[in-house]
Amino acid sequence: MTDLLYSEIEEELRASVRALLSDRCPPESTLARCETGEPYDRGLWQTLARDLGAASLAVPEEAGGAGASVREAAVVLEELGRAAAPTPYLGSAVLATTALLALEGTDGDGGDGGEASKLLASLAAGERTAALAVPLSAMPGTGAFPLAVRADSAGTLTGTVTSVADAAAADLLIVPAEGRDGPGLYAVETTAAALAVVPRTSLDLTRPVADVTLTGTAARRLAGAEQAPAALERALLTGAGLLASEQLGIAEWCLTATVAYLKDRRQFGRQLGSFQALKHRLADLWLEVVGARAAARYAADTLATGDPDAPVAVAVAASHCGELAVRAAEECVQLHGGIGMTWEHPAHLYLKRAKADQIALGTPDRHRAALAALVDLPAPVG
Amino acid sequence: MPPANTPVTDPDELRRRTQALLAEHDPAVTEPLDFLRARYDAGLAWVHFPHGHGGLDAPRALQAVVDAELAAAGAPDNDPGRNGIGLGMAAPTILRYGTEEQKERFLRPLWTGEEVWCQLFSEPGAGSDLAALATRAVRDGDSWVVDGQKVWTSSAHNARWAILIARTDPDVPKHRGITYFVCDMTDPGVEVRPLRQITGEAEFNEVFLTGVRVPDAHRLGGVGEGWKVAQTTLNNERVAIGGRRMPRESGMIGKAAATWRERPELRTHGLHQRLLSGWVGAEVARLTGERLRQQLTAGHPGPEGAGTKLAFARLAQELSGLEVELLGEEGLSYDDWTLRRPETVDFTGREAGYRYLRAKGNSIEGGTSEVLRNIIAERVLGLPAEPRTDKDLPWKELAR
Repeated sequence: MTDLLYSEIEEELRASVRALLSDRCPPESTLARCETGEPYDRGLWQTLARDLGAASLAVPEEAGGAGASVREAAVVLEELGRAAAPTPYLGSAVLATTALLALEGTDGDGGDGGEASKLLASLAAGERTAALAVPLSAMPGTGAFPLAVRADSAGTLTGTVTSVADAAAADLLIVPAEGRDGPGLYAVETTAAALAVVPRTSLDLTRPVADVTLTGTAARRLAGAEQAPAALERALLTGAGLLASEQLGIAEWCLTATVAYLKDRRQFGRQLGSFQALKHRLADLWLEVVGARAAARYAADTLATGDPDAPVAVAVAASHCGELAVRAAEECVQLHGGIGMTWEHPAHLYLKRAKADQIALGTPDRHRAALAALVDLPAPVG
Repeated sequence: MPPANTPVTDPDELRRRTQALLAEHDPAVTEPLDFLRARYDAGLAWVHFPHGHGGLDAPRALQAVVDAELAAAGAPDNDPGRNGIGLGMAAPTILRYGTEEQKERFLRPLWTGEEVWCQLFSEPGAGSDLAALATRAVRDGDSWVVDGQKVWTSSAHNARWAILIARTDPDVPKHRGITYFVCDMTDPGVEVRPLRQITGEAEFNEVFLTGVRVPDAHRLGGVGEGWKVAQTTLNNERVAIGGRRMPRESGMIGKAAATWRERPELRTHGLHQRLLSGWVGAEVARLTGERLRQQLTAGHPGPEGAGTKLAFARLAQELSGLEVELLGEEGLSYDDWTLRRPETVDFTGREAGYRYLRAKGNSIEGGTSEVLRNIIAERVLGLPAEPRTDKDLPWKELAR
């Protein structure tokens, strides 16, 4: 039976992450930071990854991790979403870590599984930060391996990957590249020569994307054609499934903030929250948040247990939670009225994160299209 | 052997008792009613009820253990769909507020289905504002004399008993002057008339009460406390309507998905988008229900249940509407407008047109979606209550 609840340990983890974020990551400081050259809060990330061990949750103990699962990582993402926290958790602790985890201890595929294990342990320990070099809009289940980067016979990489999440915070890139003998996964140090990581002016101020250009850049091959596609797919599926938990956290913040505001704000001599038109909108939003919690938990649990229903669970969660987070943030802006439209109020941080998350790892629409195949509801022909 | 009234919490003990029942009353050779009575007397009817009243004070979740054993043995069930009001609403209310004599008299034949129950709550002038009800009950010696009109009464034409709320004191504010009774539907002053719905059938009735005599011994709870007692009934109604456990693709989505799969020539891109959105919505609702049940089992009920019926109604309406549209020309026909008197209701029964029309009731019966949104906004989100200018006025002074 799938466990859709939060365990006591998960609730304790949530409490410590929430305490850290409310102490170190109030919206004012995130707002102030997002226009500096340092959009990521490296100090916060260090504390989260190293001291709280949040980057190691899904990594087995024998591989240098905490031996928990992606269920716990999902709880961390809920809290990071609730705080719109500027940390590279998704890129490093979810996408790159899952890809390396899929390669862990798998030598003999023309790649260096031992190297993958070493990198995995350093990510889990919070010593290093990585990004998976795919556009953040990449989605699982397409069966297509990216062709943006070519590996030549000397093992160097050439090509450009656009809109990579968390690349600007990474010291290591995990790069899918196509070589003469097929697809592979490569490790590239961001200090390498002939590598440019150029941040884009990003819609999401708290998780910026960057373009990665490799021009004959030195790389170590971690996996070859046998394992690289499956590892990449696993990373994208896990990323899309866990992103639903972040979206849940975003929506919960937006709902809570809006309810609080509508109780406080008075117009026409009464609390705004006493108007039935607004009460009903919030009741509907609450209902969708409740659904999102169940859908996100189901996705996380099926991913954690290797349940064969995981692709359906992820598509459902991505579709529902992706729409919900945007709706919650849009309602938050609208129901705050003028103040919701100001740069000063944090609502826009959540709107921008929610809208970018809607595109990240497959739009809700694309996930529903994937679902059509998974549950045998085929599109019309022609 | 534990003392007679100790709660049974061990699933193996329940299995043992179920097997003992089956051994003593082989379903293959026992009259179904005799079997059901024996099951009740063995405490295996509703295991969370008390000893002596069809249960064993067991955790509610363990009912599944008993049901599985009995189903495997081919035992008859009590056809719960025929007596939904009795099982889902009257029984929990009688259990909570009834005297020992009332529990003894009513619960066993209710559970076995020998006596069907109905609910005399709503009135033409008291729908969402149920507490404004005008049916009067006037004390006369050991009895009460009831006059008034009730509506939306399902099963009234089959029912032996009704749960009834009536005004016993018009001089106090509306919530305070109501008393809760058990009404004998065979009383000569009870007249039941079919109420035909937009589906063509008459699943519900209007019930006219003229000089109906209800013994005071059939009062549930104190005089003037009927509103409080009714809350137990109504909370259970919402659970009964929206809280069933569902496998994936059960309910309306299953019907729409089946039509989609069987009829490729009907498919369009726009309907495909809506179908997939509906599939996601139905799956999210299913998971929400499952999560709610897990919370209840773990002993941590949350407020999530308040939204179950709201989500159910919206999905049922969207998906049934989608299916009629998908059917195209066939959607122009309807299976049968004949005034039928169904004993049970199946929201996913008959054909797409019926399902579409019947689903319109889902957002009205058992609390309208609008009232449910108010309840969520006020009780879950803590937003200000609707203005209630009538709540402190004596009932008889209310504008009508």
